[in-house]
Amino acid sequence: MHVAIIGNGIAGVTAARWLRKLDASVRITLISAETEYFFSRTALMYVYMGHMRFEDIIPYEPFFWEKNRIDLLQAYVERVDTPTKTLHLANGKHLAYDKLVLATGSYWNKFGWPGQDLERVRGMVSAQDLAYLEAHTAEIKAAVVVGGGLIGIELAEMLHSRHIPVSLLIREKSYWNNALPPEESRMVSRHIRSRGIDLREETELDTIHDDGTGAAGAITTKGGERIECQFVGLTAGVSPNVAFLRGTEGLELGRGIKVNDYLETSVPDVYAIGDCAEVLDPKPGRRGVEAIWYTGRMMGETVAYNILGTKVGYDPGVWFNSAKFLDLEYQVYGEVPAGGRDGLATLYWEHPDGEKAVRINYEAADGTIRGFNLMGIRYRHEVCEKWIKEGKHVEEVLQQLGMANFDPEFYEQYEAEVVALYNQQTGKKLQLRQERSLSAALRYLGFGQRKPRAFVKPE
Amino acid sequence: MPSTSTHKSTLQYLGLGLFAIALLVFTGMLGLDHYNFTPADLTAPFATDDAARQDIAAMHQRALTTAGERTGLFENTYGTTFAAEKALKETFYLARTLVDQELQANGLPEGKQQWEVELPEWQFKSQRTGWIQGAADGPVTNNPWLFFFLTIGLGALGGILYVLPKFAAQPGIKNDHIFHSQLTKGLDLGWRAFFLTVTILGVLGYGFWYMDDKFFWPAVTALIAIVIIGLVLFAQQSWKQEARDAGPEGISGYLGIFTGVYFIGFYLLLYWASHHIVAWIQMVSPVSEALYQFFSGEDEGGAASQWFLYGLMYTLIILVMGVRMIAKYRHNKYQIFRTISVMFFQTAFAFMIPEILVALNKPWYDFKNIWPLDYDFFFGWQLDQFQSAGALGLFMLFWGIALIILGVPLMVHFLGKRWYCSWVCGCGGLAETMGDPWRQLSDKSLRAWKFERWIIHGVLVAAIVMTGLTLYTYFGGASEVLGIQTGGIQKWYGFLIGAGFAGVVGTGFYPLMGNRVWCRFGCPLAAYLGLVQRFQSRFRITTNGGQCISCGNCSTYCEMGIDVRHYAQRGQDIVRASCVGCGVCAAVCPRGVLRLENAPEDISQRAVAERVIHIDAEKGISLMN
Repeated sequence: MHVAIIGNGIAGVTAARWLRKLDASVRITLISAETEYFFSRTALMYVYMGHMRFEDIIPYEPFFWEKNRIDLLQAYVERVDTPTKTLHLANGKHLAYDKLVLATGSYWNKFGWPGQDLERVRGMVSAQDLAYLEAHTAEIKAAVVVGGGLIGIELAEMLHSRHIPVSLLIREKSYWNNALPPEESRMVSRHIRSRGIDLREETELDTIHDDGTGAAGAITTKGGERIECQFVGLTAGVSPNVAFLRGTEGLELGRGIKVNDYLETSVPDVYAIGDCAEVLDPKPGRRGVEAIWYTGRMMGETVAYNILGTKVGYDPGVWFNSAKFLDLEYQVYGEVPAGGRDGLATLYWEHPDGEKAVRINYEAADGTIRGFNLMGIRYRHEVCEKWIKEGKHVEEVLQQLGMANFDPEFYEQYEAEVVALYNQQTGKKLQLRQERSLSAALRYLGFGQRKPRAFVKPE
Repeated sequence: MPSTSTHKSTLQYLGLGLFAIALLVFTGMLGLDHYNFTPADLTAPFATDDAARQDIAAMHQRALTTAGERTGLFENTYGTTFAAEKALKETFYLARTLVDQELQANGLPEGKQQWEVELPEWQFKSQRTGWIQGAADGPVTNNPWLFFFLTIGLGALGGILYVLPKFAAQPGIKNDHIFHSQLTKGLDLGWRAFFLTVTILGVLGYGFWYMDDKFFWPAVTALIAIVIIGLVLFAQQSWKQEARDAGPEGISGYLGIFTGVYFIGFYLLLYWASHHIVAWIQMVSPVSEALYQFFSGEDEGGAASQWFLYGLMYTLIILVMGVRMIAKYRHNKYQIFRTISVMFFQTAFAFMIPEILVALNKPWYDFKNIWPLDYDFFFGWQLDQFQSAGALGLFMLFWGIALIILGVPLMVHFLGKRWYCSWVCGCGGLAETMGDPWRQLSDKSLRAWKFERWIIHGVLVAAIVMTGLTLYTYFGGASEVLGIQTGGIQKWYGFLIGAGFAGVVGTGFYPLMGNRVWCRFGCPLAAYLGLVQRFQSRFRITTNGGQCISCGNCSTYCEMGIDVRHYAQRGQDIVRASCVGCGVCAAVCPRGVLRLENAPEDISQRAVAERVIHIDAEKGISLMN
């Protein structure tokens, strides 16, 4: 069997790896027009800032692919011919497949702004976007970044690292407040300003002006303000990269490629995973298109099972995500809706320095734990997840809270303060019974028994 | 304007300027003094208290004086150490000939053999630094304090001025432009291999001369090197596997190369040509004398050797660059505590306590140094010295042995090898402070790991064999085993591993191969600590569930070249012999994935299976296990 995978991002690569792990004989071709090797897309910013070289964001050594017999093909797929199971490549060649995995990712949105197709107007998603920005950096005296999501703040940080004054335009009242609860959102806004980035809330892009050479020279906002800039970063979200699939026989497209629970598209033997997939019937609280590293990775593994005949429904499990806003780390586990929800109680503790916070969500009615939001503090993923899965009572969680702490050694622990805040708000008299401890966490997770140590070979 | 460097304040530019002046003076001062030899100075080392050898000593002294008169040594003034050494050599070898002629003319003294009465050739190498030191005259020798302040003082001041403003910046990870900077971007694999090969061949070639033109040990070393290269490239099949590159294209980090070459040159002079750095030794001598006289209560004595110079500079560098490390990581208490710890152990244990011991007429001893890093701990002279130094000497002996057989296994079991390598050790201390700007240059390829394991365990075996022979000789009296001279293997080990590997390559290559070259590839103690850590320790780096985004910051900033990401992206805990527990991977991780931890539970399970994703053939779908 020959499985062709279009796209060598985290979803496509995970699919290829798991196909090989599960089956020694399947032939795997991993196709990408973007780069020869898989790289960590989320790390592009570090290359620009000089933290790493491009080679350093490539997770596998070159021999990995040969050793695992995953064929790499650097080519652009122009058209998929589903009846004959053939891919038509831009170089005029064809590639026949038995099963096809579409993992084509996403591209950055344009919303019809005047001037959006000028030079020096660009998003930050691909290796090419990075190369473009690098090539034009010398021309940039000031920059505007439009859109207050995760990519927006990263692009602003990148430009800021090169000492370019950056204005970050966001439509909302505070940074990313459609995903973060108000307190955390305001905290991030404060943090962005403290690092010297000009954050402009409730400001929308109206027009990008030509500087006379066909490149951006300024923008005006919907409020009529003009900002001189030689670069406009468009980071108002991303959309599934499916344009080349329009007209593919039998393939149903919505925002993305529509897939069922088994990640199968409307065409037999064609699957879609990652950013480009649109799950028809998402789990409660989840969206059809989730352009997230972690879901791409989970879909990659799931699809490998399905291709090889073991029917496994896609289940992303308890929601989790993480990010870093300049120097402020963020982790979320479980249900933490930006605007709250009826019946969902919340305990929010913030450090006086305004750079650390813990939010714990639980059912007001019966105290069932629902979610955690962490700012500037690290919590253990597995412990939080198990608490949520098992529906622990919030008071039990609070008394054990130290078990979740994942901050480095010698860091101050604030769990007692979180418990004290709960006591103050509820009149209870809970005690923190468990401080930070790997042993306690492992025992809770069921890792209690010692077994003979296995050798880890350098493979 | 956009730029690819970090912004510096006026104070920082001033600091850089002062440091540059200090470096210029430091380098240039080697050529400032001139050298006048006197017969008294030349003959002084050959005086003896041994009544039976008075005649022989007098003959040697007479020959040296005559030779000096004939070569003009006492009349000329030499402007450089090179000219001075050349004249000394000519004089010394003439004196040897004169002695031989006299012995031939008069016959050997009764009951003596030729080697007992001739002027021994090795004396030249061991006396030349002292002779040149005694002959020095000029601005440095006359104004040592002035030059001390212009070089070491100004350098430290410049460093502090450069570092202190960093405390004003916002806390957080400070890695911007590391790969843009000339100083820290490194070299590509080809150029790195070129510098390494030239240095190794140079050291081996010099070793042939160092071992008095005996090629046995250099040849054995070259053979072992060829075997290891063969094992890695062919037996372990790395030959056709393209290794992950470890630097920018070609050669562009010129400042880093310059720094590396300067370090290498410094070590070459320090270990094998200290007669050319007499000016530096003269300059720090007043400091050494002041310390000695303060603690001993005597009015004179305590002149510096090159080892005092080295120890003083080493300590000051760790202190100044330690402040830099604290500024850089001041949001991270683990980094602050461990940096203060290495600053303390270097200043107190490696520098002050040994100096005080010597002033009190006790053996020089660094209480935190452990065999086999402290490779001469079991040498005969060392054991004799311990036994002749009373209760303190015996305590030193027992303390050293207790560290080896109890301290290392117990501490590593509970805390991992980090308790030593990144909290206590002097080599680690230098790597973590002065070396921090270059930690990203370690090679993370699988091939490098294979080389590492052969080489470091090879050095451990060499240290054990060498020490075994030493003890056999000490207690048994035989000076050779199976034709191998104990003295020869000791000398070669000290030359190759103690000086060549630990110093010239281990530290000289900081700017070319990362800051833990010695610790990663060479240190036999690190190998021993690592074996305990790998098989019998509670320490591991845990990964936080499925949060890894494979960005590579952890691997890039791992000074030991561990591909941390390889484990993190699979959700595996990291249990590696080489991990020194510096904690930087956890610090630079942008998603909070890594944590250094100790616990008696599990290790085996979490370090093996891929855990991040969530389908299991038996258990069905679940996130992790």
